[in-house]
Amino acid sequence: MNEAADHPIVARLKDSFGDRIVESHSHRGDTTAVVDAARYHDAVRFLRDDPQCSFDFLTDIAGVDRLKLKRKPRFEIVLHLYSRRHNVRFRLKTRPANDQDPVIDSIVDLYPAANWPEREIFDMFGVRFERHPNLQRILMYEEFVGHPLRKDYPVNKRQPRIKEREIPDDRPGMLF
Amino acid sequence: MGVGGEAPGFFTSRLSDSIAWARKWSLFPYPFVTACCGMEYMSVASAHYDLDRFGAAWPRFTPRQADMLLVVGTISHKMAPILRRVYEQMCDPKWVVAFGVCTCTGGFYDNYSTVQGIDRIIPVDCYIPGCPPRPETVLDAIMKLQSKIQKQRHGLTGMVESPLRDRSGTIA
Repeated sequence: MNEAADHPIVARLKDSFGDRIVESHSHRGDTTAVVDAARYHDAVRFLRDDPQCSFDFLTDIAGVDRLKLKRKPRFEIVLHLYSRRHNVRFRLKTRPANDQDPVIDSIVDLYPAANWPEREIFDMFGVRFERHPNLQRILMYEEFVGHPLRKDYPVNKRQPRIKEREIPDDRPGMLF
Repeated sequence: MGVGGEAPGFFTSRLSDSIAWARKWSLFPYPFVTACCGMEYMSVASAHYDLDRFGAAWPRFTPRQADMLLVVGTISHKMAPILRRVYEQMCDPKWVVAFGVCTCTGGFYDNYSTVQGIDRIIPVDCYIPGCPPRPETVLDAIMKLQSKIQKQRHGLTGMVESPLRDRSGTIA
């Protein structure tokens, strides 16, 4: 995939953030930029407010655990943005630096729609979002331990909330 | 039918049979519908396949008025205590049907969130495989459940004697 420095939105970002835009690429019209975690919140605000970007619609936020890809840093947050004014889609990625306790700024203050997706990423990957108004699990139950979509979560691990019944192999058959 | 003069054993077995006959033709289902199998349940319950032919079409949306718990769809660990509670709220006699492969074994959801078969939570009388099951499979299961009910021992009060449940009513 190519460096997408000539893409107008990537160029706008580079004008404002310089080498804090650490990576960019474009593939079949889908353009992505990677921003340093320290300037992530500013970059999102820029993409929302700059008239030539004007990304007013947050489509989705995704989390990625790159443990098996052997990349550093381990976790990645992917923002999917859409501009209704320009009819353009754009992805912004960022990578929280600390693999043991990944922390990133919340963007709920910029996009209220980020509230639940950020809670889901916290639930599934254990990435903490700073200044999130209500950062707690959204899908798993409170007593669940760990984060199930992390690549080092054991695939066969179960955490039942109630004691499961013993099912004997020699139970009586059905009475037909 | 000599009521007074016959041996008691003869009389109780006939009574059990007639109660069984009444019960098997008036199953009141409680549809515990959580997933896509619910569409197939609606199909079975509707006019084309017509569960009412078996006396089992009138869903009661409170467990206290139902005697057949139809567990239709994937059960997650998060929901397991709720299913258990619904089962315990049902009055005896009661039967449980696991509808679809997710309720029977967890299906292809072999992961952190899904109960690997609801018989790990509550006793099950009848399993319906399929993803989702054909309506004919469900009707077959209802008929099998009916013949199972007919062969169980019933009293005027108290519960059904079933190999899956002990007499005290606690879940084995």
